[in-house]
Amino acid sequence: MIEVQSLTKRFGRTVAVNELSFGVRPGRVTGFLGPNGAGKSTTIRAMLGLDRPDSGRVLIDGRRYGEIAFPLRTVGALLDARSMHGGRSIRGHLLALAQSNRIPGRRVAEVLEIVGLDQAAGKRAKGLSLGMAQRAGIAAALLGDPEILLLDEPVNGLDPEGIRWIRGLMRQLAAEGRTVLVSSHLMSEMAQTADHLVVIGQGSLLADSSVDDFVAANAQSYVLVRTPHPDQLSQALSAAGIEVTVAPDGALHVAGSTSAAVGELAASHGLTVYEISSQVPSLEEAFMRLTADAVEYRANAEV
Amino acid sequence: METFRAAVLAEWTKLRTIRSTVWTLLFYVAATMAVTVLAGLFVGGNYAKMSAADKAALDPISIGFTGTRFGVLALVVFGVLAMSSEFSSGAIRTFLVAVPRRGVFYAAKLLAASLVTLAVCAATVLVSFCVTQALLGEAGVSLTDQGAARAVVCGVLYAVLLLLFSMGLAALLRSAALTIGILLPLFFMVSGILLSLPGTRSVAQFLPDAAGGVAMDGKPMDGLLLTPLTGMAVLVAWAAAAVAAGYLALRRRDA
Repeated sequence: MIEVQSLTKRFGRTVAVNELSFGVRPGRVTGFLGPNGAGKSTTIRAMLGLDRPDSGRVLIDGRRYGEIAFPLRTVGALLDARSMHGGRSIRGHLLALAQSNRIPGRRVAEVLEIVGLDQAAGKRAKGLSLGMAQRAGIAAALLGDPEILLLDEPVNGLDPEGIRWIRGLMRQLAAEGRTVLVSSHLMSEMAQTADHLVVIGQGSLLADSSVDDFVAANAQSYVLVRTPHPDQLSQALSAAGIEVTVAPDGALHVAGSTSAAVGELAASHGLTVYEISSQVPSLEEAFMRLTADAVEYRANAEV
Repeated sequence: METFRAAVLAEWTKLRTIRSTVWTLLFYVAATMAVTVLAGLFVGGNYAKMSAADKAALDPISIGFTGTRFGVLALVVFGVLAMSSEFSSGAIRTFLVAVPRRGVFYAAKLLAASLVTLAVCAATVLVSFCVTQALLGEAGVSLTDQGAARAVVCGVLYAVLLLLFSMGLAALLRSAALTIGILLPLFFMVSGILLSLPGTRSVAQFLPDAAGGVAMDGKPMDGLLLTPLTGMAVLVAWAAAAVAAGYLALRRRDA
């Protein structure tokens, strides 16, 4: 169980995390989402005692991280891939980590096998691909067989097979009753892995809910209609008190109705319809809608 | 205490699993012995031709540390790399997550490097001193002579204290290039030049390597206030100040 309590962290004048509070429960994968620069990594670093918060705190099973004697046995963390000494072998890196927390040395071979690096154990960090470095980082996170896992953008640099593997691993770890927090700026990624979502934007909490509730609350379903008579159908729908908008590609988006009702209406006016379908909003759209105001960097920002 | 012992063991593993450790320490031994042999052969070979006054002024104990004074530059590089490569590679984050109490982490790192240095230097300083004295022939002294044993012990401490000074500064500055860029010219040239000029000697004697170096002289140089004991004390103070500054920087900053 992780409790983030009123966490605030500033870097100079920039407020990276602002009065952020949420909890992460065991037994499920919690997706920690936000656009780039939203404060995800800062929050995770504050959880691990790497960044000192200006105010607020993070408790891990009721204790501050720094108070845990051998923390790798409780919390496993994956930070960015550049967190190994380039000249040290993966095995040497993991052995030193194990020794620092009194973890038996044989565990090094075990985690190397779990992440599929047993053949590459002697490789030095600077010779690793991003994907291998990421696996080595995951091996380090698993070293102490921890109850809590904090994974910062774990799919970065992984190939499709690796992404499938890490998804399966996270699901398995949560199914074993562990607490799994995984950050990402890709909603589509979380859709396939997370049970619960914590969404932040510009350092503040935007949502803390289950994936289904999140979608229901943040994305409206609608009926998509393609017709050669958009104006006539729009008028008919509006006359029936149904809200309709015209999408850039010319299709009509009908809110607050059903395919059947729209189909009947079109038929009663004798209008041809090429396509009519009920659109379930994607997690991605829900995310975009929620964070639209909280995106720090925009491609179309004024120069 | 349990966490500290585990952290020291981890730091030892970290030292032995990077190549720079082996290379810098091998270079330290090789450079120390090479300079030792050259100095011993040179002075020993010319001793017979020296004037009586030169013979009287000759300090065989000090000559016994010619190699040590030079080789310590390799130890500076060893210490700086052991500290700053951790920052530059980002490994510091991984290891601070494993050992979140920064005082424990820092002390373990300093202790592991000091113990390695102590072991390597104790043997190298002693052997190089004895080799020099043998090559000096009739001018050489034995370890039982006045001041010789003290100078050898101080020679080993000198190496360890300069290592700690370098590591503290590296923790403060974080950059290997910057730290080595300051320390090597300082130890290799600046302090030597300032010490050889009578006008600047009174100030230069307080530089870390110069102050510690006083304890390796058998006969005091003219114009020095420092004695072997106070010279070592000044070096200890430098090392303590650098270590403390490095600690404050490590504790205050986000990793």
